[in-house]
Amino acid sequence: MRSINLFLRIIIKFFFIVHLAGVSFVYAETKQMINIAYLTQEQKVPPPLSNLDAFIKDKGVLGAQLAIDDNNTTGQFTGQQFVLKKIIVPLEGDVIDTFNKDIGDQYSYVVVNLPAGALNKIADLPAAKQKLLFDVATIDDALRNEQCRNNVTHILPNRAMRADALAQYMMKKRWNKWFLVVGATEEDRLFAEALKRAAKRFGMKIVEEKAWEHTYDARRTAQSDVAVFTQVDDYDVLVVADEQGLFGEYLEYRTWNARPVIGTQGLIATAWHRTHEQWGAVQIQNRFKDQAGRWMEEQDYAAYLAVRAVGEAAIRTKSNDVNRLKDYMFSDAFALQGYKGNPLSFRSWDGQLRQPVLLAAPRSLVAVAPIEGFLHPKTELDTLGYDQPESTCKWSK
Amino acid sequence: MMKKNVFGLFLIVVTAGTAQAETVFVTLEKDNALAVVDPVAGKLIKTVEIGQRPRGIAISPDNKLLYVATSDDNTIKIIDAETLKETGKLPSGEDPETFALSPAGDRLYVSNEDDSQVTVIDIKHKKAVKQIKVGVEPEGITVSPDNLWVASASETTNMVHWIDTKTNAIVENTLVDPRPRALGFTADSQQLWVTSEMAGTLMILDVKTKQIVKTIKFDIQGVSVDKIQPVGVVIDKDRKRGYVALGPANRVAVVNAQTFEVEKYLLVGQRVWNLAFSPDQKRLYTTNGTSNDISLIDLDSQTVTKSVGVGTYPWGVAVKP
Repeated sequence: MRSINLFLRIIIKFFFIVHLAGVSFVYAETKQMINIAYLTQEQKVPPPLSNLDAFIKDKGVLGAQLAIDDNNTTGQFTGQQFVLKKIIVPLEGDVIDTFNKDIGDQYSYVVVNLPAGALNKIADLPAAKQKLLFDVATIDDALRNEQCRNNVTHILPNRAMRADALAQYMMKKRWNKWFLVVGATEEDRLFAEALKRAAKRFGMKIVEEKAWEHTYDARRTAQSDVAVFTQVDDYDVLVVADEQGLFGEYLEYRTWNARPVIGTQGLIATAWHRTHEQWGAVQIQNRFKDQAGRWMEEQDYAAYLAVRAVGEAAIRTKSNDVNRLKDYMFSDAFALQGYKGNPLSFRSWDGQLRQPVLLAAPRSLVAVAPIEGFLHPKTELDTLGYDQPESTCKWSK
Repeated sequence: MMKKNVFGLFLIVVTAGTAQAETVFVTLEKDNALAVVDPVAGKLIKTVEIGQRPRGIAISPDNKLLYVATSDDNTIKIIDAETLKETGKLPSGEDPETFALSPAGDRLYVSNEDDSQVTVIDIKHKKAVKQIKVGVEPEGITVSPDNLWVASASETTNMVHWIDTKTNAIVENTLVDPRPRALGFTADSQQLWVTSEMAGTLMILDVKTKQIVKTIKFDIQGVSVDKIQPVGVVIDKDRKRGYVALGPANRVAVVNAQTFEVEKYLLVGQRVWNLAFSPDQKRLYTTNGTSNDISLIDLDSQTVTKSVGVGTYPWGVAVKP
């Protein structure tokens, strides 16, 4: 009898211990999980244009990593944990397959660092319908307009925003007469389109337009071709569209007349630049460099913002639900700190991140657009790019 | 030399008739120097070398010592407030910018921005006694006058962390508007005022509940919203008015501390950053980062009476009676 009693007591004790352990186990599990996937594909190393800048193959992912760490620093105070699953598809791999197979239902947020074509295909997958995608690679205007998808947000400023930023600066400097030089690629043509749109918007005049058809060899190009090529009617500024950087660097100091170069070379429009240190930017530049061992590039900045946007929305709403977070991100309450003075937010009509655009020379930050004096009834940031009435994006929100 | 001193003394005696003599110390971030200003005469007395990239500054409760964060030297220097000679260094951790002194002057709390932590320093033993993990990029920090709380604001986490001074541990966190910069307790330790650079707001937190009880949005006619970036904040000892430096809006907001109405915006120098009262709280001094001067505000008449050029990038300000 006594031994049975003892046995019972031991059993009860045992259950009590298990119960206690169970409680602590459950407690650890109650941390709210916010799962973010990062999807990219290896890139072919392009032929080197010069020996100055080494090819960086991991643009983007290190920014996402820094942001996850920042989110989790805050998450420790809010009982939330952010997880980043990095998926790098090999060169010969299939990103669509990978998306379907490796990004499960538990990943509601996907940072996509892929070209426009792949991005659109992924966005249209049934598996992507209940997810929110963050495009950190494209700058295409079409993706924000006729090709827009309601499950995609775009973090980098598109070509129109960049062209408008440059145009505002040129207008301020009264460089009204432009000599537009366009490279041979489709991207160059698209940027030239954006520049023409900007010229029209801000009352600038393209007095001459020429396509670059010469060689891309530094020695020959620089010495003879540029001087001849730039003998045109008088202009104030040479505006170049050469996104790959095949010839644009050779224009400066070699034009027939002494004129500044602006566009994709010379003074450029960018989301981020190593010369930027205002508004606390020097802090994130340092934190990034410590972690990555290199400067922060535009895609790193975009991936950082994408992951931080999820963090900011999750922390403010105390939720991990994709619809809730999306609603919050597109509401007036959402304000993302992006180290560029103004709080950043999403345009409700096309999913584009509203942000200042930096105008930078190789070693100095020249200006930040919107340039003072360009006004807008809602926010001056919307003087850059496609404003609501101009947008052709039709969302079934 | 002797003669000069006597003459200086004479001047002080003469001016003492109109107002109490006091000395204003201003750190000059880009000159690696400390400016010494006679605010009554409205004159820069001298500038002394202090160390690399001086920013945060505070004076000990007995007014004998100055503490100056020389960020690029990774230290907080102890300076004799009379001779302006360095008497020691405190182990602040890397890149110290802002810090706060305990009311008794025995502890110093430093924000280590790049390491997301707050370092607690025992001043007497010149030792770091604790490192507290806080949010990303801690900036503003302050100690309540009743010495119960250290409040630390992290700019990227967007939180105020409430640190219990007895345990040196965080007991609560309050989510605030984006990029909180500076914070200050009211003299009765019942409220904490916090500025948000990005939202352009001032938030009033109740110390008991640690909740925001009021948010004040600054709005100045003719100044675009993104220029309004609130930074430094001080509240007078009677809790009648608080003053907020609005950065590139080049103004100081005068806030009624009872009704929380903004009574006035005072135009000062460019990118106004930090604020300090005169010991009698009849005047307010502002550091104006890009116009390289300080503004003197007479608080009875609520007017800016003078500006004094001090040097490149004035950052912090401390006043010795």
